[in-house]
Order: sequence, then structure tokens, then C-alpha cells
Amino acid sequence: MKTYTNTGNKDTRSGFGAGLEELGNSNENVVALCADLTGSLKMNAFADAHPDRFFQVGIAEANMMSIAAGMTIGGKIPFTGTFANFSTGRVYDQIRQSIAYSDKNVKICASHSGLTLGEDGATHQILEDIGLMKMLPGMTVINTCDFNQTKAATLAIADHHGPVYLRFGRPKVANFTPENGEFKIGKAVILTEGTDVTIVATGHLVWEALEAAKALNEKGISAEVINIHTIKPLDEEAIINSVKKTGCIVTAEEHNYMGGLGESVARTLAQHTPTPQEFVATQDTFGESGTPEQLLEKYGLNAENITLKAEAVIKRKK
Amino acid sequence: MILILILILILILILILILILILSKLFTKPCKSLINQNLGKSHWLRNYLPLQLLTNFQEMADIQHLKDLVSQVRRDIVRQVHAVNSGHPGGSLGCTEFIVALYNEIMDHDPSFQMDGKNQDLFFLSNGHISPVFYSVLAHAGYFPKEELNTFRKLNSRLQGHPTTHEGLPGVRIASGSLGQGMSVGIGAALTKKLNGDDKTVFTLHGDGELQEGQIWEAAMYASANHVDNLIATIDVNGQQIDGSTDTVLTLGDLRKKFEAFGWNVVTVSKGNDMESVIAGIKEAISLSRKRTPICILLHTVMGHGVDFMMGSHEWHGIAPNDEQLAEALKQNPETLGDY
Repeated sequence: MKTYTNTGNKDTRSGFGAGLEELGNSNENVVALCADLTGSLKMNAFADAHPDRFFQVGIAEANMMSIAAGMTIGGKIPFTGTFANFSTGRVYDQIRQSIAYSDKNVKICASHSGLTLGEDGATHQILEDIGLMKMLPGMTVINTCDFNQTKAATLAIADHHGPVYLRFGRPKVANFTPENGEFKIGKAVILTEGTDVTIVATGHLVWEALEAAKALNEKGISAEVINIHTIKPLDEEAIINSVKKTGCIVTAEEHNYMGGLGESVARTLAQHTPTPQEFVATQDTFGESGTPEQLLEKYGLNAENITLKAEAVIKRKK
Repeated sequence: MILILILILILILILILILILILSKLFTKPCKSLINQNLGKSHWLRNYLPLQLLTNFQEMADIQHLKDLVSQVRRDIVRQVHAVNSGHPGGSLGCTEFIVALYNEIMDHDPSFQMDGKNQDLFFLSNGHISPVFYSVLAHAGYFPKEELNTFRKLNSRLQGHPTTHEGLPGVRIASGSLGQGMSVGIGAALTKKLNGDDKTVFTLHGDGELQEGQIWEAAMYASANHVDNLIATIDVNGQQIDGSTDTVLTLGDLRKKFEAFGWNVVTVSKGNDMESVIAGIKEAISLSRKRTPICILLHTVMGHGVDFMMGSHEWHGIAPNDEQLAEALKQNPETLGDY
């Protein structure tokens, strides 16, 4: 089984900051907007290097989203930065009308997504944002798994014309994808090849899925782990081809099971090749305060639960 | 001898008439850019006539043409709304002078539409429900064929109930309808103009009821704090909204004081349905622009202006006239430039 090495824990939001800094130098049309969370979003380097292209809008996310939409008229590529909760639910109508329906080239960059925001609690831990964003026609939805991939995705979305939702997080997590690797929007990455069960994961749970695959391997179960960094458009072909081989699937995400990656996979499979599926996701609940590790354990979003679900879904194979 | 004199007199009269005709034709402005293409600044007529006389002639012809256009646009508005028995005539009729003036007297714009709008003045309609007046003015300015007004609110049309970019209608740069977003969009476009070294102006239009949306005040705060001085936001102060007068629904208070407190320069146009007043107001606003402060025009209009039974009431915010009411409305607004 192919194994991956953690080259040192890093936060995905810093990957975004690094990517944005690089874009600042390579693409003069890139502008950045932030709603009073510059440090949290790691946008300081861009702001310091390009003060003329950095727009501090204050605690006014609705205004930020619509300003970003307007800035595209004349050729700018705005990157907005705030927490995932304030990037989506708080400003859904602004995104819907002024960005998605108007087909504006805005990159909505969202940090502190999911439970791993931690101690701030449920008011800030959005678990519905993937669903909100994927429901919008024309919206690309990306959830990256580590520092390197977040940086690569940040660079890639600047070259993609159209609205994008880029979701990443707060805590330092394993960094294991290649440095300066290629990021292809909508193209799944098969991390390990296997024959008994497919595990498709997104965001922070990709590393957990790899850990689960190791545990399963020790039990003699061969797991195919796929990193679905782009939830929309979904790489349906990669998923269908994998389950044709394995016959069952586990989806893993730091999101409610309603509206997330799991549902997109289930719809795809129901249409093309009905397959037993188990969901590693929050179960229609809000989060709460705690450390990221405690929360992932309590809500079953870790390698241990992915392993259990994999064993369960294998038993459901006919 | 007398016969010859009479003949000469008639000839002179005919010549004067022809001259007047030529002048009114040449100096009306269906669109500034079109005029500039058709009649260069060094046109022979300009050299052969005393400048002051020419200017007066031109202004008179301009105003008359704008007033003709207003009458025609008002016909278009009620006809569009009547044809599909839906839409928003009240605010459309009230804002007719303003939007006609913008597109035919004020803005430097190009009907061969480019989304980027570089080196052009831009207009964003934030209160998108008054789409009938917007569509009519765009059509008359040459953005799309006037006949397309027949498709307003119909299936497979580019003229959606509320304006959108989605169907690719030339002249529309942002979807609007959900209220309160257009000022922010205008700020964004104005900021990009500054980044691009583009010295043109961004205009937005908002309903007064729309000011009840909180985002407007987020935008107002941002624009002054960041010296967005290439933005002119106009508020259609007609005192009406769907449920009643703005005073009964949620009173707006002193708008001048509010905008001034938010750091804006405010221009009041008390006669927002008088073409000369509207033009003067917008020109005053432009003269105040680029002085590190955003500009707001408080445009006092009468909802439903030009159709007596629709005037001054919220009742005609969003309902269509029946056949008899349409006939009456058309009678009050003569056909000047040809119905679509």
C-alpha cells in the first residue's frame, strides 16, 4: 500500500495565505478583500506587499461580497476572506444574486470551516456551507486537505473563470501532498489503490482516511483512498470506476451528512451504479466548544470511525 | 414684382425650415457616442453658424428630444407591463426622466456592449424591479432592438422580470432585484476604475424603501471612509413602497442628514420629474465628484408620474393596467418616436 509522510503539521489557511502572496506578485489583476480577519486568514503578506490591491471592508460581509462582484467589472479577480460561516450563510443572497447568478469571477475564500475551529463553538462552526454553495448553479466548490494543496488550489482558482468557493480550516494538520503540486479543479486524486472498499474524503478528513487505510491494511482489508478536493464539479468517473472495483464506499467530510460530499456521491452512485455507502459526517447537528481533536472524536470524524464504517459497509456488499 | 417678392419670401421660409429641421436632426442626441461618430467636432455647420446660436439651438433640440423620449419610454413602460399583466409601472414612470437623462445626456457609454465597461461611465440599477424603464431606455439607446420589449417577462426572454446578466442582455452588468446590493456593487466597480486608471464615473439608482436594507449603510460607510469619489448614488425619493408610504412602513427620517452623517456630499433634486432640473442636478453631482467624497442625489419623484391615475400612490408599485387604463395612459403620453 502506498504510504504518505507528514512533512510537519501546518494549517491550511496558511496555505491560502502563501498562495495569495504568490498571486499578488504573479497576477496584477488579483485583489483581496477582508472583513476584519486579515490575521486569521493569513492575508497579511498580500496586504503588506500590495496595499493598493488590498481592501479592508470592516465587519460588513454583505458589503464585501457585493463589492467583490462589482470589482470584477473591469477585469479584477477578487479574493474575499473571512470565516466559512460569514462567507456563506451570512451572505447567501449576496453570493446568489450578485456573484453566482451574475456569473462574476469572485473567489470566496473561507477559513475556520467545520468543527475544527474549536473553542469558539457552534456559532462559528459552520457544517452546512458545502451544501449551501454547491446548490448554487455555476459555483465551483473546493475543500482542500493540507497546506500544500490549499496553496496550489489558491493559485489554480485565479486561472479559472467563474465563481469559486474555496474552503479550508484553522488547525495545524498533517502536510503530506507534494510541494508545488499540480491542482486540477474537478479532478479527484487517487491516493491509495485498493480492492475491498473505496474511501472518498475531503478536507481535513483526507489524512484521517489515509490513517484509516493503514489500520484496515493491517487487518487485511485493501482500501482505495480518493481525495475529493473538488466537490463541485464532482469527478464522478473516478468514483464510479473505483466502486466498480471495490463494490462499496465510505464518504468522509467535516460537514453535515445532509448537503455535503456524501450526498453528492450518493446521488452519483444511485444514478449510475447503486452501491452500499456509509457516511462519516456530522449527523444533522450543531457543533460545540472543545479542542479540535476532542470534537472530531466526539462527532466521529476521525480515522477510527472511518475504519469502523469501512468494515460495516464491506459487510453490506452483496 | 409682388409675385416675385412673395416667391422669394416663400423660398427663404422654406430654407429656414430646412435649416431648422437639419439642426434638430443633427443635434439631438440619441446617444453621445453615436453622434460623435456621425457628426465630428469639426462639422461644417459648426463653423458656419454663430457659436451661441448653435449652442442654444442644440440645447433646445436636446431637451425637446429628451422630452419626446420620456413620453415614448412611458408608453413603453405601460405597454410592457400591460402585455404580461405583471411588472412594476409606478417606480418606472417616476424614474423615467432620470434614466433617460443619464443615458442620453450624461453618460459616456457604448451600446456595442462590453461587460468590462472600461473607459465608460457605468450605471447599476439597484432597485431592479423598475426594469421596464431600464429596458426601454437601453433599447432606445441602441443596446438591443426595440422589438425585444415585446418579450418582457415572457418565457425564453432576455428581458427577465428583474434585470440579469444571465441571458446576456446587453446593457446589464449585474443582476438586481433582491434589494440593497447595488451600492456595494457600484463601489466595487468604482474601485476597479481607480485601479485601472479609468476616470469615468459609476452611477447607481436605489429606491427610497430600499434604504431600509442594512447593506446600504454598510456600503455608505465604506464609500466615504475609502474616498470612493467616482461614485454617484441616486435615491428615488418617492415616499412609497409596496405596503404603503415609507412613513407608514418604516420612516426614513432626514435622508440628507443621514447621508451627510455618513460622510457623503448630498445634492437634492426637488423636481425629479422635470428634465431640466434632473440634468442640472446630475451635472452638479458630477461637479462635486472626485473630491474624496462619494455623492448622493436625493431625487424627489412622484411614483407613477405621467399617468394621472397612477400618480403618488403605492397602489401602482407592482400591478399592471387593464385595457382601458392602458388606453388612458397612452393618451396621456403621445407616441413620439414610434411604438415598438
